[in-house]
Amino acid sequence: MNKDCAFNLKPAVPVTIIGGYLGSGKTTLVNHILRNANGLRLAVLVNDFGELPIDAELIEAQDGDVISLSGGCVCCSYGDDLSLALQKLLEQDIPAEQIFIEASGVAVPGAIGKSLSLLRAFRLEGIVVLADATTVQAAVDEKYIGDTVQRQLRDADLIVLNKQDLLSMPESVEVREWVNERFNQARLVEAAFGRIPPEVLFGVGRSQRILILDKNTPSAMAAGYPGAGVVNEFQLDETSLEHNVSKTFSTIKLEVDHSVDADALAASLADKRCGLVRAKGFVMSHNNTLKTIQIVGRRWSVSDAPAGVKTGLVCIALSNDFSECMIRSVCKPG
Amino acid sequence: MTTIYSAKKIITMNPARPVVSHVAVRDGRILGAGTLSELAGFGSYTLDERFAGKVLMPGLVEGHCHTVEGKWWRYVYCGFHDRMDPNGRIWSGLASIEKVIERLKEKEVSLENSTDALTGWAIDPIYYSTRKITRQDLDRVSTTRPIGIMHASGHIMSVNSKALELADYLRTDIEHDGVPLGDDGLPTGELKGPDVMRPVGQKAGFSDNMLEFDEPGLIDFARLCVRAGVTTATDLAAELGNNTVDMGIRVTGADDFPVRIMALRFHHGVTPEALIEHVRALQSRSSDRFRLGKIKVIADGSIQGFSARMNWPGYYNGAPNGLWYIAPEQMLSIYEMALEYDIQVHTHTNGDEATDLVLDTLSAALKKHPTTHHRFTIQHGQLINAAQYRRLAKLNMCVNHFANHHFYWGDEHYQLTVGPERAERMNACRTALDNGIPLAIHSDAPITPLSPLFTAWCAVNRLTSSGRTQGEYEKITVDEALYAITLGAAYTLNMDDEVGSIEIGKHADFAVLDDDPTSVPAAELKDIAVWGTVQAGRVFAASDV
Repeated sequence: MNKDCAFNLKPAVPVTIIGGYLGSGKTTLVNHILRNANGLRLAVLVNDFGELPIDAELIEAQDGDVISLSGGCVCCSYGDDLSLALQKLLEQDIPAEQIFIEASGVAVPGAIGKSLSLLRAFRLEGIVVLADATTVQAAVDEKYIGDTVQRQLRDADLIVLNKQDLLSMPESVEVREWVNERFNQARLVEAAFGRIPPEVLFGVGRSQRILILDKNTPSAMAAGYPGAGVVNEFQLDETSLEHNVSKTFSTIKLEVDHSVDADALAASLADKRCGLVRAKGFVMSHNNTLKTIQIVGRRWSVSDAPAGVKTGLVCIALSNDFSECMIRSVCKPG
Repeated sequence: MTTIYSAKKIITMNPARPVVSHVAVRDGRILGAGTLSELAGFGSYTLDERFAGKVLMPGLVEGHCHTVEGKWWRYVYCGFHDRMDPNGRIWSGLASIEKVIERLKEKEVSLENSTDALTGWAIDPIYYSTRKITRQDLDRVSTTRPIGIMHASGHIMSVNSKALELADYLRTDIEHDGVPLGDDGLPTGELKGPDVMRPVGQKAGFSDNMLEFDEPGLIDFARLCVRAGVTTATDLAAELGNNTVDMGIRVTGADDFPVRIMALRFHHGVTPEALIEHVRALQSRSSDRFRLGKIKVIADGSIQGFSARMNWPGYYNGAPNGLWYIAPEQMLSIYEMALEYDIQVHTHTNGDEATDLVLDTLSAALKKHPTTHHRFTIQHGQLINAAQYRRLAKLNMCVNHFANHHFYWGDEHYQLTVGPERAERMNACRTALDNGIPLAIHSDAPITPLSPLFTAWCAVNRLTSSGRTQGEYEKITVDEALYAITLGAAYTLNMDDEVGSIEIGKHADFAVLDDDPTSVPAAELKDIAVWGTVQAGRVFAASDV
């Protein structure tokens, strides 16, 4: 079994690390991911199966450390040997298209990310760290695990402030501001029951929910920039509307017809001031090659694009929290 | 059938009768220890005088080791100190990197396939001054086969270019603290930490699960035990899946298997509930020589790997605090359920902060299930301070100290990891005993060699390999050390009713020695030759295994 050839032939599989202390809701999020795969072939690596209440209907088979789910997804438990579990994933007949790693409650996700970066078969797409919004302020000062929680939050590209259903509106705002100040490298997203729109987790591109509006719609023209427009506004499911905080996400589609410095564009879009939670798309670089740009929170990457793709970027941000003019100015030619 | 053995001296570890001349054995158990006429009263017997010129003591108990040492001896020994293999051959220590390369080359020519991996272990470059082993060094042995050498500490590995290439590490875009780079921008060949060691190690001949024993390895480990005078040993961190347990019971059940092994289930990879369930199921499978039903919790990492959890002021060299390997809530959950089901838990701590967590957690768990009989044990506990010992005593905990650490890494702790004051009180056996805490001492083989007499020597003399005494105050006496490697260790394994002393009713387990450990100078404790063992009444000469 010679895996040497695998290193350069296949494109790197994107990996998202899900971190956060015990009780932050990682398991619920993992379940949410598996239920919303929407045809995407996912592999989810978890520390142990014990607390993962996967719906029985989803499970097709279990063989030791691997649970096969309908739709071609797998869930593997990696115990304390993550690199071995990742290697086994590469050896699958039909490899996964996207991987999620659920870090243990005391793990430092940045360290996992660094080790992942050594494996060319994988690409670290983002580190998502969950926090229990009701306890996070106390958790960072906890006697034994305080510094671990801080390290986790500091490693995050995206922080999910979970359990919003347990907070009042003013409390929610206060926690958000506090986290934003202490860990301002990350983008923040609120959630209840770990439910985040799949687009935020998987990146846009596979979602069927985006409606592309004509660029001459009133909103696009009001934005003042041809080709940029708010394409779709969608809300979290109904449950969250009962809570004080109802957040809407906006999807912004950007047409980028001119050639760009892909790295510079990606870095600018990932800048906190743009307020993007997620972005993906294709651009033409100055040396006439197509490039893929991927952004998760503050983390951006540029890689070679598959042949024949159309240029354009789709971005996701919290509706009341992104800077349209910043994004526009970043995308201007010249 | 009663056999009465005579000996030059029999050290019983029974304070009421510390020295006797004869011991009677029937059905694998000690019928009695005393004079010949006292023992003759039991009825007819055979007098066996083969040990007439030897000294017997209770079979030595190694309370913290890993049976995987048997497997590792299939790799090339590259250590700085002499070390005995399962065959009894003493491999000379290698005083320089040149010598390491020489020995690897010798092995290399004997390998059939030109692409098979060449695997070594036990190297410790701290003895080679500042010179590190590079991939270029190992390339001199071979550029066509992957080569990997595990360091003595278990935290670092040195590999050659081919191994790096096969693992796709031989490139200039690597950015990881655990992969130092040379001037050419390529990795030097040194790999630090399990995250980077494992993927490359696999290419260099290390099996997927480095801690898991296999059948030939278990048999070889048992041979090492005979050579070290050990009749009861442990496997302190095992996953214990069904196949492994089946194999362990079968292999140790062989008539000529010379040692009793207590295997502990480690906490990784399962929830606390699943762990307890598994261990309860294991309890019912426990056999005489493959004991099951205890739990190993690992709280933090290691001091020399800078992954131990430390209280203020932290590491001497300013390195950041280490890693937790379990969350406090999980530890509490395990402790509570273990107390409820009478399952003994051994917890690894190295840093003093980790020890604090154990103390806090056990205190809380005991409120739910008050008992003084739990014998929960701290394993290593290298940096326990005086106040913590006092708490340990009140909680009725035991301690198993890593006395060998001073010899192998004492200087490094003094100069680099914890500094002079804490280095002097590492593995503070004296303070432990003064607080009435049941004490054992261990080798953690294969990290250091399996030899309780050597471990006793370490605890008595506290010498570092450069010859300094580290922590005069914490030295214990020879008698105390010999107790720690027999009855003390047996107590921490809840087996003090079965082994650890030569008294009526216990297993007929003896260490057969050429000299008397109570009358040689303390400095020579480690040099006492072991003839072999008697285990459950069966005689094992080291020259025969």
